[in-house]
Amino acid sequence: MITAEITHLFFQQYWWLLVSLLGALLVFLLFVQGGQTLIYTIGKTDKERKMIVNTLGRKWEFTFTTLVTFGGAFFASFPLFYATSFGGAYWAWTVLLLVFILQAVSYEFMSKSANVFGKRFYETLLFINGLVGTLIIGTVVGTFYNGADFSLNMLNNVTWHNETRGLEALLNWHNVSLGLSVFFLARMLGALYFILTIQNENIYKRSKKQILINLIPFLICFLSFLTYLMLKEGFAVDADGIVFMEKYKYLHNLLDMPIVLITLLLGIIGVLWGVLKTLFSKTNFEKGFWFAASGTVLTVLALLLIAGLNNTAFYPSYADLQSSLTIQNASSSLFTLKIMSYVSLLIPVMLGLAIISWRAINKHKITDDEMNDENEKSY
Amino acid sequence: MTQLLLNIDLSLIDWSRAQFALTAMFHWIFVPLTLGILFIIAIMETVYVKTGNPEWKRITKFWMKLFAINFAIGVATGIILEFEFGTNWSNYSWFVGDIFGAPLAIEGIMAFFMETIFIAVMFFGWNKVSKKFHLASTWLTAVGANLSALWILVANAWMQYPAGMFFNPDTARNEMLNFWEVLLSPVAVNKFLHTVTSGYTLAAIFVIGVSSYFLLRKRETLLAKRSIVIASVFGFISVMALIFTGHGSAVQVATHQPMKLAAMEGLYEGGQEAELIGIAILNPKKAVDNDEDPFLFKIGFKGVLSFLIDFDTKTYVPGITDIVYGDEENQILPTSERIAKGKIAMNALIAYKEFKAQGNTEDAKVQYDILMDNFEHFGYSYVKDPKDIVPHVPIVFYSFHIMVIFGTMFVLVFLIFAWLTIRNKLENFKFAKILYIIGIACVPMAYIASEAGWVVAEVGRQPWVIQDLMTVDAGVTNIATGAVQTTFWIFAFIFTGLLIAEVSIMLRFIKDGPAKPENEGGKQL
Ligand code: HDD
Ligand code: HEM
Ligand code: HEM
Repeated sequence: MITAEITHLFFQQYWWLLVSLLGALLVFLLFVQGGQTLIYTIGKTDKERKMIVNTLGRKWEFTFTTLVTFGGAFFASFPLFYATSFGGAYWAWTVLLLVFILQAVSYEFMSKSANVFGKRFYETLLFINGLVGTLIIGTVVGTFYNGADFSLNMLNNVTWHNETRGLEALLNWHNVSLGLSVFFLARMLGALYFILTIQNENIYKRSKKQILINLIPFLICFLSFLTYLMLKEGFAVDADGIVFMEKYKYLHNLLDMPIVLITLLLGIIGVLWGVLKTLFSKTNFEKGFWFAASGTVLTVLALLLIAGLNNTAFYPSYADLQSSLTIQNASSSLFTLKIMSYVSLLIPVMLGLAIISWRAINKHKITDDEMNDENEKSY
Repeated sequence: MTQLLLNIDLSLIDWSRAQFALTAMFHWIFVPLTLGILFIIAIMETVYVKTGNPEWKRITKFWMKLFAINFAIGVATGIILEFEFGTNWSNYSWFVGDIFGAPLAIEGIMAFFMETIFIAVMFFGWNKVSKKFHLASTWLTAVGANLSALWILVANAWMQYPAGMFFNPDTARNEMLNFWEVLLSPVAVNKFLHTVTSGYTLAAIFVIGVSSYFLLRKRETLLAKRSIVIASVFGFISVMALIFTGHGSAVQVATHQPMKLAAMEGLYEGGQEAELIGIAILNPKKAVDNDEDPFLFKIGFKGVLSFLIDFDTKTYVPGITDIVYGDEENQILPTSERIAKGKIAMNALIAYKEFKAQGNTEDAKVQYDILMDNFEHFGYSYVKDPKDIVPHVPIVFYSFHIMVIFGTMFVLVFLIFAWLTIRNKLENFKFAKILYIIGIACVPMAYIASEAGWVVAEVGRQPWVIQDLMTVDAGVTNIATGAVQTTFWIFAFIFTGLLIAEVSIMLRFIKDGPAKPENEGGKQL
């Protein structure tokens, strides 16, 4: 019995790690969304905008599919979270989905003749997706640390106690500071990506300027999020599964798991290094994107790990503390987790293939000439 | 459906159902074309790589661009569905998440990623990777799309026929016992094969329809004829497999969902030598609890339904009335009795949980045994009136017959097109014009048949969200009806807008025709 519980816990932790990793990759890939909010700020002519849209348009599906897979993986590994959060925070998730629907068609439709609504309309949709998508994802993840307004009954059916159905998370500054951090970070990543992939002097200069402009609010939001997170009470679980408030819980989690602490620090350094080197290097440094991207993955991974590991409730309820979800009470059965773990062996294969495909497409920078080549697909 | 929408006083369940139906049916407008046309494109590109003939490259690219337009909106409508199980069917999601979640996750990790990775190469790699690499990417995109169909259909088949699981009273949910039984259940296998072949059939019809338009206009005749050769052969093979697996699906329905089968055939009084209806008009006054004649008019074949189920005209097929009121001779329990047994199971579950909480394992065990003895009726505890287990017969009946009639017709269409193009007689054929018009008219029919198939499958299993285990009322998310109404209209509005844009872009794209041959300063589309 005890060993069964231990193995079950092992797989629950393994799946929390995987789900966190997917979440971290998702936030990195939100550079597409960030870039979408800069189309008009950085692209001043039609040609420049076309290059921007095309460099993003070759990648939007990766972000989209990662979001979908994140949802599916969460469903399979922690079905109670899927049921509780999506059914409960109905409006928060619906708004998120809506802005992603709008994105999916925009690239393909915007430059086609007879597209009914006109190019500018689709560009606006992309902007909305970039703004709302990043903000909501960040804010909802904020509720992992601040709790949500639900309770569960004996059959684990959810009741949400707030008519706004999840949107109330926007009233909590700590949640929102995370949302804004994601937004500004995505914009910096987007601008870094333009520098990496587009051959154009004007876009290069303006991207640099945008990185600087977004760096300041990003630092304010992120540092205030992190500081408060370290100082606040957290949702801890004892050996009997009873949830209680513990002072400095998330700080304790970092100290209890030094690897995660190191991951977090490395991540922050990576982001800052990528950004600052791009801004201040004398030679035109173009690879800043990769440092900032890796840094983003590590930072988000660490933040999600301290939300669920080390006896922490990852989806706490402030309406009824004992309804809070932990990786133990929300997970699938041992059998299902094991099956899914075999499937997870495919993840590295898929990542490898993704890298091959990514490199094949990004081998050369996007140029004006390519955009004019009639035999190339472009948006 | 219309009935659902016209009633103003709709409850939460009806709106949630309407929303699922709306979003799923929108998604299904785009998916079948994707499933099939990718293979057709891959075959075309293979011919190009083998022959090196640039005309084949042009043909490939033309269909690929049409595909791209369709694909974008297919993806847009899909993301809603993925999360909708949680947002609108959250109790269901917990009750079955241990089994149902896995295929959805595998779909994301394995199929959608594969598609995403290779589609990038397929769209943007023409001048960046080698010909072979590009061709491989096209094939792998097709495989990825079809794999995504596999996993979602496994999940759907499991709702029709829950296999490979047991009920765990401690967690109050179903848990997986055997992955292979879930994956390889005969319902899942049939469903997958029937559904993907329906996509291939639809795509082949689509290609023939668009090509017929060119021929009618006397433009791009070479492209059109070459496309028709491939599409009609591909389509003929597909539609044969489609009918074969459709029959297989019907046998599965007869075995696991007899009520659905009865509704498909409008069969109220069952018996041996059951009749297969060819074409009929239902009597709108007929209900389970009256003696009206079910049909106003019909052409039927006695004994054929029994025969189709297991090659014996004497096979007993239960009708709607038999299933609701029971039939002792054929060992069918009346639904009222199943409801009573279902309640026993439900009460035992609650008692079990209470004893367990008190630490009284002995009494808990007793209750556990009662629960398990009656578990096959568990879902019936949610049923209020025995008549509630009858789905909407006219919708199911007409949808089924439309699907079958259209499917049979497509066989002929493919045969004629294949015969004439392969012998290169198409343009000289006396009735060529009429044939082209038929080719074009088949396109909407294929879409209708395809949607109708899903209506049979999904409306036919009502009121169950999982056959015999959970009714839709028990699975729905507890939320204000107004919220679901609002999202219903938002989705309806957005999807309709997107659909209009898509159709408009496609029509213009077809009207403009493919790019001029390369190196002649062709225009960019
Ligand atoms: C072009 C589309 C198309 C055509 C021509 C047909 N089907 Fe079909 N059918 C489908 C497209 C489809 C589908 C959309 O793929 C469905 C919906 C759910 C499913 O499993 O497949 C389906 C479902 C479906 C079902 C219900 C399965 C269930 O409830 O799980 C049956 C019994 C049949 N079909 C039988 C047939 C037969 C005997 C056909 C003879 C010609 C036929 N279908 C043609
Ligand atoms: C009701 C349940 C369904 C859900 C939850 C669902 C989910 C999704 C999602 C999330 C996407 C976007 C994937 C991406 O990011 O690329 C998608 C697209 C797709 N889905 Fe569905 N889907 C459903 C029904 C179906 C069915 C029944 C089939 C096939 C038989 C299918 C086949 C596809 C295919 C081939 C795509 C690729 C995009 C396209 O061209 O349409 N889906 N689906
Ligand atoms: C894409 C093709 C599909 C179409 C066109 C379709 C159509 C429908 C329709 C018309 C309904 C409403 C039935 C009613 O309430 O009377 C429905 C409900 C539903 N379908 Fe499907 N369906 C599709 C695929 C799927 C798949 C693949 C799944 C599961 C994996 C699924 C799961 C459900 C669920 C959970 C409901 C809501 C509960 C219910 O009303 O029974 N559907 N669908």
